[in-house]
Amino acid sequence: MKDHALTLTVNGAAHRITVPARRSLADALREDCGLTGTHLGCEHGVCGACTVLVDGAPIRACLMLAVQAEGAEIRTVEGLASGGTLNPLQQAFTDHHALQCGFCTPGFLMLATAMLEENPAMEEAEMVDRLSANLCRCTGYTNILRAVQAVAAARR
Amino acid sequence: MTRIVGRDVKRIEDPALLRGRGRFVDDIAPPGLLHVAFLRSPHAHAAILSVDCSAARAMPGVHAVLSYADIAPLLAEPRLRVALPSPAYRQTLDRPILAMDEVVHVGEPVAIVVATDRAIAEDAAALIEVEYDLLDPVADAVAALEPDAPRAHRTAPHNLLAEFTLAYGDVDAAFAAAPHVLRESLDQHRGGSHSMECRGCVAIPDAVEDRLTLWSSTQTPHVARRMLCDMLGLAEDRIRVATPDVGGGFGPKLVFYPEDAAVAVAARLLKCPVKWIEDRREHFVATTQERDQRWDVEIAFDDTGRILGVRGEVIHDHGAYTARGINVAYGAVSAMPLAYVVPAYAMRCRSAVTNKVPVTPVRGAGQPQGVFAMERLLDAAARKLGLDRAEIRRRNLVPGDAMPYATPLRTRGGMQVVLDSGDYPRCLQAALDRAEWDGFAARQAAARAQGRYLGIGLANYVEGTGRGPYEHVSVRIEASGRIFVATGAAAMGQSTHTMLAQIVAEQLGFDMANIEVVAGDTAAAPLGLGGFNSRQAVLAGTSAHVAALKVRERVLRVAATLLEAAEADLEIEGRAVQVKGVPAMRVTLAEVARAAAGLPGFSIPGGAGPGLAASEEVVIDPMSYANGSCVAEVEVDEATGAVTLRRISFVHDCGRALHPRIVDGQVLGGIAHGIGNALYEWMGYDEQAQPVTTTLAEYLLVTSTEMPAEISIGHIESPTPLNPLGIKGVGESGVIPVAAAIASAIEDALSPFNVHITRVPVMPQHLVAQISPEAVR
Ligand code: FES
Ligand code: FES
Repeated sequence: MKDHALTLTVNGAAHRITVPARRSLADALREDCGLTGTHLGCEHGVCGACTVLVDGAPIRACLMLAVQAEGAEIRTVEGLASGGTLNPLQQAFTDHHALQCGFCTPGFLMLATAMLEENPAMEEAEMVDRLSANLCRCTGYTNILRAVQAVAAARR
Repeated sequence: MTRIVGRDVKRIEDPALLRGRGRFVDDIAPPGLLHVAFLRSPHAHAAILSVDCSAARAMPGVHAVLSYADIAPLLAEPRLRVALPSPAYRQTLDRPILAMDEVVHVGEPVAIVVATDRAIAEDAAALIEVEYDLLDPVADAVAALEPDAPRAHRTAPHNLLAEFTLAYGDVDAAFAAAPHVLRESLDQHRGGSHSMECRGCVAIPDAVEDRLTLWSSTQTPHVARRMLCDMLGLAEDRIRVATPDVGGGFGPKLVFYPEDAAVAVAARLLKCPVKWIEDRREHFVATTQERDQRWDVEIAFDDTGRILGVRGEVIHDHGAYTARGINVAYGAVSAMPLAYVVPAYAMRCRSAVTNKVPVTPVRGAGQPQGVFAMERLLDAAARKLGLDRAEIRRRNLVPGDAMPYATPLRTRGGMQVVLDSGDYPRCLQAALDRAEWDGFAARQAAARAQGRYLGIGLANYVEGTGRGPYEHVSVRIEASGRIFVATGAAAMGQSTHTMLAQIVAEQLGFDMANIEVVAGDTAAAPLGLGGFNSRQAVLAGTSAHVAALKVRERVLRVAATLLEAAEADLEIEGRAVQVKGVPAMRVTLAEVARAAAGLPGFSIPGGAGPGLAASEEVVIDPMSYANGSCVAEVEVDEATGAVTLRRISFVHDCGRALHPRIVDGQVLGGIAHGIGNALYEWMGYDEQAQPVTTTLAEYLLVTSTEMPAEISIGHIESPTPLNPLGIKGVGESGVIPVAAAIASAIEDALSPFNVHITRVPVMPQHLVAQISPEAVR
């Protein structure tokens, strides 16, 4: 299988990697860039655990090839906090107990980041709808919704 | 008054998880790591005639391809002997690490491939040639017990795995004399656990010391070590099993699996680290599930609705092997009467072997099925008598003033079931109040006038929590002044680290940041049972409490000598011991620990011996029984059969809550799981026992849009006398009554059509078929 040398720009940093054509963006982030915050829950595009932002839009990193992401701005959970400080969304997740095992959390954080950037004044009904993109088995979603609402309310 | 316990303190797990710095099993990547793919059986039942690995072995990047014949010489024990003891077994069905000469379910591992990356390993697995001779499969538990059924294992005498009857009182006399008897046939289905993280393990051999470390996303690391020692023929000091962060468990991760053993064998053989991460499709065919039960049950009651007796038969689908025991079946049958005064009871239960994935507990462990059966019968009895469904339950619930209430039941370990505390009728009333049960008839009538079908339903449950006998916890203050807590308990998302740190901090300075918790590591705790059965807050929490009290006593004795003060005048505040109200007179915990560690030739201050450490395995044999009541309100579209959940009102009692927000979180997660079981989650098999739902697009998990707009959770605290903190378990409670309550609500909504709910999940097509049979013809 032919290998490809490429550069991924993740959270503003350039990662020069060499990967087979079939390597997914999720695997490249985890294994070639060492950014294991992005998780894999199904590898078939349903659970959303692998959600990252590519040029601002939430995508399933298990369904995108690494070679397709060259030249794009990729953002992952590792880029949310600044230094030791959680960003407001991360803080709201812990304040509202929106995570238990934390496996789905990076995906939800990136999904919600995109939602709030797109429309900081999003109504609850649309939030519920958009959050249904991702799966969580621990929390029952109620507290995830509360956390996202709290951030939206603070920005209003 | 407590300062930390019972409060919503910050979870110590969160910061790393929120920053993407958790360490889950797939995040562990030691240098030289190789990757595994398993070749799995595509057939539900077949004899293996030959396995040819030569083409796979020849592929570049492949390090090893091993079938059963290749690993057999390396094994002291080729089968996983995991069955819990019981006199009920009628045959032994322990599974092998890799299939020997027969495969008995789709997904059973046949060969292990180790390669430089997972994709290559999967490519190579596709080149293994296995010659199968197809055998008739058993796809259904009820059919499995027919006399002429094919055998799920070709050499087995029959498909009966186990048989037992749980009975007390003279049930036949009760039925003979009863004015009313009703009968139901119920088909129940639960599906998988589907933790968002699948299973996985990394085996790291250490050639220098001839040891092996297995990182595994297991709920029971000590059991895993024992199994590995038995199977590999190694002593306990050769193997360490440690759990990293675990991305949810919900039951199936408590089981020891063939893959764990195969990966360990491969790592020892190849002398390099080997990793296997289960993918979701494998999870559907290789991780244990909890599935079908058929209940044929009868209830006898008098004119006032009082229960006189319950009897019947259960057929439980055991799957293809014994991966745990008869515990799910036993849990289901013993949960059925628990909340109510049932004077006579007889339930015969048979576990049937089928050619499907082995069955072990999934969150709830049979209890949701037992509760469903009981609550369906009570709804039927209420209808027969024209009684309010809440009223018939009020008349039969174990009354609050009867506590502690010794039931005639016994646990599967043979201990009498004593309901230790609680006020079930009060709990029910609280749930009814939250749900505005009394005003519902008016809401329903108003909606019907608009052509909308609203319904309300309810269910009660009692859950056995805190399965003993013990859990290990040690507490130690080191010379740095830091407090180290180690336990055999295992964390999988239920805040175990926070829970233990809270309990220890309460006694040792109130500073949770000064506490380091290690859970689920055989190198850190000599003994451990692990995480299952809503047990860890009860057992590990109690051991932590007692150990922390002992360390506290030592700290105060040593500090009293150092400060020349009376122990009674001292307090531990933050990282120091001080004279109460005089912070200037203090010694740090570090100084106390150094003094207690001793100096050559000097005696240890305080006279309590060296060190500041204690370890505990507090034994609590009786289980503590939590309880709760759930009311569901639904709207059903009579044209499509679509069910919308409007509201769930849930009141529960798990004794004293250590952290109310975490308790709420556990209940919420359980409710979501229960909604899935009630309406969506269906693990399908065709008549050849081929699984037909093997992606998350086919098997539907609840998402945010399926959750009811209104969820209201209430707590009643009836501390148990069985442990010093008064706590009961909560991990499974949310799931138990939900399917029963939703079924009751749907039946109520569709009462104009006489719709009768006898199975879960309730699917739209089943409802439409009952609402307008002519439409579906
Ligand atoms: S792992 Fe990408 S959607 Fe599930
Ligand atoms: S917190 Fe465990 S899956 Fe969401």
